[in-house]
Amino acid sequence: MTRSRILALAASALASAALWAMFAPIPAGSREQLFEIPAGTYARRAAGDSAEVLPTFIRLTLGVKDILVLKNLDNVPQTFGPVLIMPGQSFRMPFGVAGDVQFECTAHASGQMRIVVDPAPDAGWRRLVWRAGHWLQA
Amino acid sequence: MKRFVTALLFALPLAASADALKSGEFSPPRMAPDFTLQGSTSKPLKLSDYRGKVVALGFGFTSCPAICPTTLAELAAVKTKLGAQGKDFQVVYVTVDPERDTAERMRSYLTAFDPTFVGATGPAAQLAEVRKEYGVTAVKTGSGFNHSSFVYLVDRSGKLRALSPYGRAVDDVVHDVRVLLNQ
Repeated sequence: MTRSRILALAASALASAALWAMFAPIPAGSREQLFEIPAGTYARRAAGDSAEVLPTFIRLTLGVKDILVLKNLDNVPQTFGPVLIMPGQSFRMPFGVAGDVQFECTAHASGQMRIVVDPAPDAGWRRLVWRAGHWLQA
Repeated sequence: MKRFVTALLFALPLAASADALKSGEFSPPRMAPDFTLQGSTSKPLKLSDYRGKVVALGFGFTSCPAICPTTLAELAAVKTKLGAQGKDFQVVYVTVDPERDTAERMRSYLTAFDPTFVGATGPAAQLAEVRKEYGVTAVKTGSGFNHSSFVYLVDRSGKLRALSPYGRAVDDVVHDVRVLLNQ
Protein backbone atom coordinates (compact mmCIF):
# COMPACT_ATOMS: atom_id res chain seq x y z
CA MET A 1 0.00 0.00 0.00
CA THR A 2 1.40 3.35 -0.94
CA ARG A 3 1.98 6.06 1.61
CA SER A 4 -0.54 8.34 -0.06
CA ARG A 5 -3.16 5.62 0.12
CA ILE A 6 -2.50 5.13 3.85
CA LEU A 7 -2.83 8.86 4.43
CA ALA A 8 -6.07 8.95 2.45
CA LEU A 9 -7.49 6.10 4.51
CA ALA A 10 -6.46 7.79 7.76
CA ALA A 11 -7.98 11.08 6.64
CA SER A 12 -11.16 9.28 5.64
CA ALA A 13 -11.36 7.52 9.02
CA LEU A 14 -10.77 10.81 10.84
CA ALA A 15 -13.43 12.58 8.81
CA SER A 16 -15.89 9.76 9.47
CA ALA A 17 -15.20 9.93 13.21
CA ALA A 18 -15.63 13.71 13.20
CA LEU A 19 -18.90 13.43 11.29
CA TRP A 20 -20.12 10.82 13.74
CA ALA A 21 -19.15 13.01 16.69
CA MET A 22 -20.89 15.98 15.11
CA PHE A 23 -24.17 14.33 14.22
CA ALA A 24 -24.68 11.11 16.19
CA PRO A 25 -27.40 11.56 18.80
CA ILE A 26 -26.35 11.77 22.41
CA PRO A 27 -27.38 8.58 24.22
CA ALA A 28 -30.41 9.11 26.41
CA GLY A 29 -29.76 8.73 30.10
CA SER A 30 -30.55 10.31 33.40
CA ARG A 31 -30.27 14.05 33.22
CA GLU A 32 -29.79 14.30 36.96
CA GLN A 33 -26.48 15.21 38.54
CA LEU A 34 -26.54 14.20 42.19
CA PHE A 35 -24.50 15.83 44.93
CA GLU A 36 -24.71 14.81 48.56
CA ILE A 37 -24.03 16.97 51.58
CA PRO A 38 -22.39 14.46 53.93
CA ALA A 39 -23.42 13.85 57.50
CA GLY A 40 -21.39 15.94 59.93
CA THR A 41 -20.82 18.84 57.52
CA TYR A 42 -22.16 21.43 59.93
CA ALA A 43 -20.14 20.01 62.82
CA ARG A 44 -16.98 20.06 60.72
CA ARG A 45 -17.56 23.68 59.74
CA ALA A 46 -18.24 24.61 63.37
CA ALA A 47 -14.95 22.97 64.34
CA GLY A 48 -13.09 25.11 61.83
CA ASP A 49 -12.61 22.45 59.15
CA SER A 50 -12.56 24.26 55.82
CA ALA A 51 -12.21 21.19 53.59
CA GLU A 52 -14.84 21.26 50.89
CA VAL A 53 -17.40 18.46 50.90
CA LEU A 54 -18.91 19.50 47.58
CA PRO A 55 -17.36 20.91 44.43
CA THR A 56 -17.41 24.70 44.44
CA PHE A 57 -17.90 24.65 40.67
CA ILE A 58 -20.47 22.52 38.89
CA ARG A 59 -20.92 22.33 35.13
CA LEU A 60 -24.23 21.21 33.63
CA THR A 61 -25.31 20.87 30.01
CA LEU A 62 -28.82 21.55 28.78
CA GLY A 63 -30.53 18.47 27.41
CA VAL A 64 -27.81 16.15 28.76
CA LYS A 65 -27.21 16.81 32.46
CA ASP A 66 -29.40 19.72 33.36
CA ILE A 67 -31.07 18.66 36.59
CA LEU A 68 -29.15 19.35 39.77
CA VAL A 69 -30.10 17.17 42.73
CA LEU A 70 -28.81 18.13 46.15
CA LYS A 71 -29.32 15.65 48.95
CA ASN A 72 -28.79 16.74 52.53
CA LEU A 73 -27.43 13.84 54.57
CA ASP A 74 -26.40 16.16 57.40
CA ASN A 75 -28.42 16.38 60.59
CA VAL A 76 -29.12 20.11 60.26
CA PRO A 77 -30.89 22.07 57.50
CA GLN A 78 -28.67 23.40 54.73
CA THR A 79 -29.40 26.44 52.60
CA PHE A 80 -28.76 26.49 48.89
CA GLY A 81 -29.66 29.83 47.35
CA PRO A 82 -33.27 30.45 48.36
CA VAL A 83 -33.85 26.80 49.19
CA LEU A 84 -33.88 25.38 52.69
CA ILE A 85 -33.12 21.65 52.44
CA MET A 86 -34.04 19.76 55.58
CA PRO A 87 -32.03 16.77 56.91
CA GLY A 88 -32.67 13.72 54.74
CA GLN A 89 -34.36 15.81 52.09
CA SER A 90 -33.40 16.25 48.43
CA PHE A 91 -34.02 19.22 46.21
CA ARG A 92 -34.29 18.58 42.49
CA MET A 93 -33.67 21.63 40.38
CA PRO A 94 -34.18 21.53 36.60
CA PHE A 95 -32.30 24.21 34.64
CA GLY A 96 -33.76 25.47 31.41
CA VAL A 97 -31.48 28.30 30.34
CA ALA A 98 -27.72 28.42 29.86
CA GLY A 99 -25.88 30.71 32.22
CA ASP A 100 -23.32 31.21 34.94
CA VAL A 101 -24.53 31.85 38.44
CA GLN A 102 -23.24 31.96 41.99
CA PHE A 103 -25.38 30.59 44.80
CA GLU A 104 -24.96 30.96 48.52
CA CYS A 105 -24.53 27.50 49.99
CA THR A 106 -24.07 26.73 53.65
CA ALA A 107 -22.41 23.38 52.90
CA HIS A 108 -19.40 25.11 51.39
CA ALA A 109 -16.57 26.49 53.48
CA SER A 110 -16.57 29.53 51.20
CA GLY A 111 -20.35 29.81 51.49
CA GLN A 112 -20.54 29.95 47.70
CA MET A 113 -21.20 27.54 44.86
CA ARG A 114 -20.85 28.37 41.17
CA ILE A 115 -22.94 26.61 38.55
CA VAL A 116 -22.34 26.97 34.85
CA VAL A 117 -25.06 25.68 32.55
CA ASP A 118 -23.80 25.15 29.02
CA PRO A 119 -26.09 25.30 25.98
CA ALA A 120 -27.38 22.05 24.54
CA PRO A 121 -24.79 20.40 22.28
CA ASP A 122 -26.73 20.76 19.05
CA ALA A 123 -25.70 18.71 16.04
CA GLY A 124 -22.61 20.08 14.38
CA TRP A 125 -19.53 21.78 15.71
CA ARG A 126 -21.01 22.31 19.20
CA ARG A 127 -21.68 18.59 19.62
CA LEU A 128 -18.19 17.74 18.40
CA VAL A 129 -16.66 20.10 20.98
CA TRP A 130 -18.93 18.72 23.70
CA ARG A 131 -17.95 15.12 22.87
CA ALA A 132 -14.26 16.00 22.85
CA GLY A 133 -14.58 17.61 26.27
CA HIS A 134 -16.59 14.67 27.54
CA TRP A 135 -13.94 12.18 26.43
CA LEU A 136 -11.14 14.25 27.89
CA GLN A 137 -12.90 14.28 31.27
CA ALA A 138 -13.55 10.52 31.20
CA MET B 1 -34.82 46.50 44.26
CA LYS B 2 -32.18 44.20 43.02
CA ARG B 3 -33.51 41.52 40.71
CA PHE B 4 -32.74 37.92 41.38
CA VAL B 5 -31.68 37.26 37.81
CA THR B 6 -30.39 33.87 38.80
CA ALA B 7 -33.97 32.71 38.94
CA LEU B 8 -34.21 33.16 35.19
CA LEU B 9 -31.91 30.19 34.77
CA PHE B 10 -34.82 28.00 35.68
CA ALA B 11 -37.20 29.67 33.30
CA LEU B 12 -37.59 26.85 30.81
CA PRO B 13 -37.52 23.56 32.64
CA LEU B 14 -37.06 20.32 30.78
CA ALA B 15 -38.98 17.75 32.72
CA ALA B 16 -39.30 14.42 31.00
CA SER B 17 -42.51 13.13 32.54
CA ALA B 18 -45.90 14.80 32.28
CA ASP B 19 -46.34 14.31 36.02
CA ALA B 20 -42.92 15.65 36.94
CA LEU B 21 -42.95 19.15 38.30
CA LYS B 22 -41.15 21.74 36.25
CA SER B 23 -40.30 23.74 39.34
CA GLY B 24 -37.60 22.90 41.83
CA GLU B 25 -39.00 20.00 43.83
CA PHE B 26 -38.47 18.72 47.37
CA SER B 27 -38.26 15.02 48.12
CA PRO B 28 -39.59 13.89 50.45
CA PRO B 29 -41.75 16.97 50.94
CA ARG B 30 -42.16 18.30 54.47
CA MET B 31 -45.20 20.03 55.84
CA ALA B 32 -45.19 23.71 54.98
CA PRO B 33 -44.40 25.61 58.18
CA ASP B 34 -47.71 26.89 59.45
CA PHE B 35 -48.26 30.45 60.57
CA THR B 36 -51.04 32.72 61.70
CA LEU B 37 -50.76 36.36 60.70
CA GLN B 38 -53.05 39.30 60.22
CA GLY B 39 -54.91 38.66 57.00
CA SER B 40 -55.80 41.22 54.36
CA THR B 41 -59.38 39.99 54.73
CA SER B 42 -59.42 41.58 58.20
CA LYS B 43 -59.46 38.09 59.73
CA PRO B 44 -56.44 36.17 60.98
CA LEU B 45 -54.78 34.27 58.15
CA LYS B 46 -53.67 30.76 59.01
CA LEU B 47 -51.90 28.92 56.23
CA SER B 48 -53.28 25.54 57.21
CA ASP B 49 -56.81 26.87 56.76
CA TYR B 50 -56.20 26.48 53.04
CA ARG B 51 -55.75 22.71 53.20
CA GLY B 52 -57.62 21.17 50.30
CA LYS B 53 -56.34 23.84 47.94
CA VAL B 54 -53.02 24.26 46.20
CA VAL B 55 -51.41 27.37 47.65
CA ALA B 56 -48.93 29.62 45.87
CA LEU B 57 -47.08 31.31 48.72
CA GLY B 58 -45.04 34.40 47.92
CA PHE B 59 -43.13 37.01 49.89
CA GLY B 60 -42.90 40.64 48.85
CA PHE B 61 -44.24 44.12 49.44
CA THR B 62 -46.82 46.38 47.87
CA SER B 63 -44.33 49.14 47.01
CA CYS B 64 -42.19 46.72 45.05
CA PRO B 65 -41.55 48.31 41.66
CA ALA B 66 -41.10 45.24 39.48
CA ILE B 67 -40.75 41.73 40.89
CA CYS B 68 -43.91 41.57 42.99
CA PRO B 69 -46.34 43.10 40.48
CA THR B 70 -44.95 40.85 37.76
CA THR B 71 -45.21 37.78 39.96
CA LEU B 72 -48.77 38.60 41.01
CA ALA B 73 -49.86 39.36 37.45
CA GLU B 74 -48.47 36.00 36.37
CA LEU B 75 -50.22 34.21 39.23
CA ALA B 76 -53.46 35.89 38.19
CA ALA B 77 -52.88 34.57 34.67
CA VAL B 78 -52.24 31.11 36.12
CA LYS B 79 -55.54 31.21 37.94
CA THR B 80 -57.36 32.29 34.80
CA LYS B 81 -55.75 29.53 32.74
CA LEU B 82 -56.73 26.93 35.32
CA GLY B 83 -60.35 27.59 34.46
CA ALA B 84 -62.75 25.73 36.72
CA GLN B 85 -59.81 24.26 38.67
CA GLY B 86 -58.84 27.79 39.64
CA LYS B 87 -61.27 27.68 42.55
CA ASP B 88 -58.86 25.28 44.26
CA PHE B 89 -55.84 27.51 43.69
CA GLN B 90 -55.09 30.08 46.38
CA VAL B 91 -52.46 32.82 46.31
CA VAL B 92 -51.13 33.92 49.70
CA TYR B 93 -48.71 36.84 49.73
CA VAL B 94 -46.78 37.62 52.89
CA THR B 95 -45.33 41.09 53.24
CA VAL B 96 -41.70 41.78 54.09
CA ASP B 97 -42.59 45.43 54.74
CA PRO B 98 -44.94 45.54 57.73
CA GLU B 99 -44.29 49.24 58.36
CA ARG B 100 -46.11 50.22 55.17
CA ASP B 101 -48.15 47.14 54.35
CA THR B 102 -51.24 47.29 56.52
CA ALA B 103 -54.00 44.74 56.01
CA GLU B 104 -56.09 47.34 54.19
CA ARG B 105 -53.25 48.31 51.88
CA MET B 106 -52.56 44.67 51.05
CA ARG B 107 -56.21 44.00 50.35
CA SER B 108 -56.43 46.95 47.99
CA TYR B 109 -53.20 45.95 46.25
CA LEU B 110 -53.82 42.22 45.91
CA THR B 111 -57.45 42.36 44.85
CA ALA B 112 -56.37 44.52 41.92
CA PHE B 113 -54.71 41.40 40.56
CA ASP B 114 -57.41 38.95 41.56
CA PRO B 115 -60.21 39.32 44.10
CA THR B 116 -59.36 35.95 45.67
CA PHE B 117 -55.71 36.74 46.42
CA VAL B 118 -55.03 37.23 50.12
CA GLY B 119 -52.17 38.89 51.94
CA ALA B 120 -50.65 38.58 55.38
CA THR B 121 -48.92 41.07 57.58
CA GLY B 122 -47.99 41.32 61.24
CA PRO B 123 -45.23 42.32 63.65
CA ALA B 124 -41.79 42.48 62.03
CA ALA B 125 -40.37 39.85 64.38
CA GLN B 126 -43.16 37.40 63.59
CA LEU B 127 -42.75 37.93 59.85
CA ALA B 128 -39.00 37.39 60.22
CA GLU B 129 -39.69 34.10 61.96
CA VAL B 130 -41.95 32.97 59.11
CA ARG B 131 -39.29 33.89 56.56
CA LYS B 132 -36.70 31.93 58.53
CA GLU B 133 -38.88 28.83 58.46
CA TYR B 134 -39.01 29.00 54.67
CA GLY B 135 -35.43 30.15 54.04
CA VAL B 136 -36.63 33.45 52.63
CA THR B 137 -34.38 36.50 52.78
CA ALA B 138 -35.43 40.15 52.88
CA VAL B 139 -32.90 42.92 53.27
CA LYS B 140 -33.92 46.57 53.43
CA THR B 141 -32.24 48.66 50.74
CA GLY B 142 -33.15 52.35 50.87
CA SER B 143 -36.89 52.58 50.30
CA GLY B 144 -37.25 48.98 49.16
CA PHE B 145 -36.21 45.44 49.90
CA ASN B 146 -33.95 42.92 48.30
CA HIS B 147 -36.02 39.80 48.85
CA SER B 148 -36.38 36.22 47.64
CA SER B 149 -38.56 36.16 44.56
CA PHE B 150 -39.47 32.47 44.49
CA VAL B 151 -43.04 31.30 44.93
CA TYR B 152 -43.59 28.21 47.07
CA LEU B 153 -46.16 25.66 45.97
CA VAL B 154 -48.01 23.92 48.80
CA ASP B 155 -50.15 20.92 47.88
CA ARG B 156 -53.67 20.12 49.04
CA SER B 157 -52.38 18.22 52.08
CA GLY B 158 -50.26 21.17 53.22
CA LYS B 159 -46.90 19.82 52.07
CA LEU B 160 -44.26 22.15 50.72
CA ARG B 161 -43.69 20.61 47.32
CA ALA B 162 -41.85 23.02 45.08
CA LEU B 163 -40.28 26.38 44.40
CA SER B 164 -41.30 28.24 41.29
CA PRO B 165 -38.71 30.82 40.30
CA TYR B 166 -39.32 34.35 39.15
CA GLY B 167 -39.56 34.45 35.40
CA ARG B 168 -41.13 31.01 35.02
CA ALA B 169 -43.47 30.79 32.04
CA VAL B 170 -47.12 30.96 33.08
CA ASP B 171 -47.87 27.71 31.24
CA ASP B 172 -45.17 25.91 33.25
CA VAL B 173 -46.69 27.12 36.51
CA VAL B 174 -50.14 26.07 35.28
CA HIS B 175 -48.68 22.64 34.53
CA ASP B 176 -47.24 22.28 38.03
CA VAL B 177 -50.38 23.51 39.76
CA ARG B 178 -52.48 21.09 37.69
CA VAL B 179 -50.16 18.22 38.65
CA LEU B 180 -50.63 19.10 42.32
CA LEU B 181 -54.38 19.63 41.97
CA ASN B 182 -54.82 16.24 40.32
CA GLN B 183 -52.90 14.29 42.94
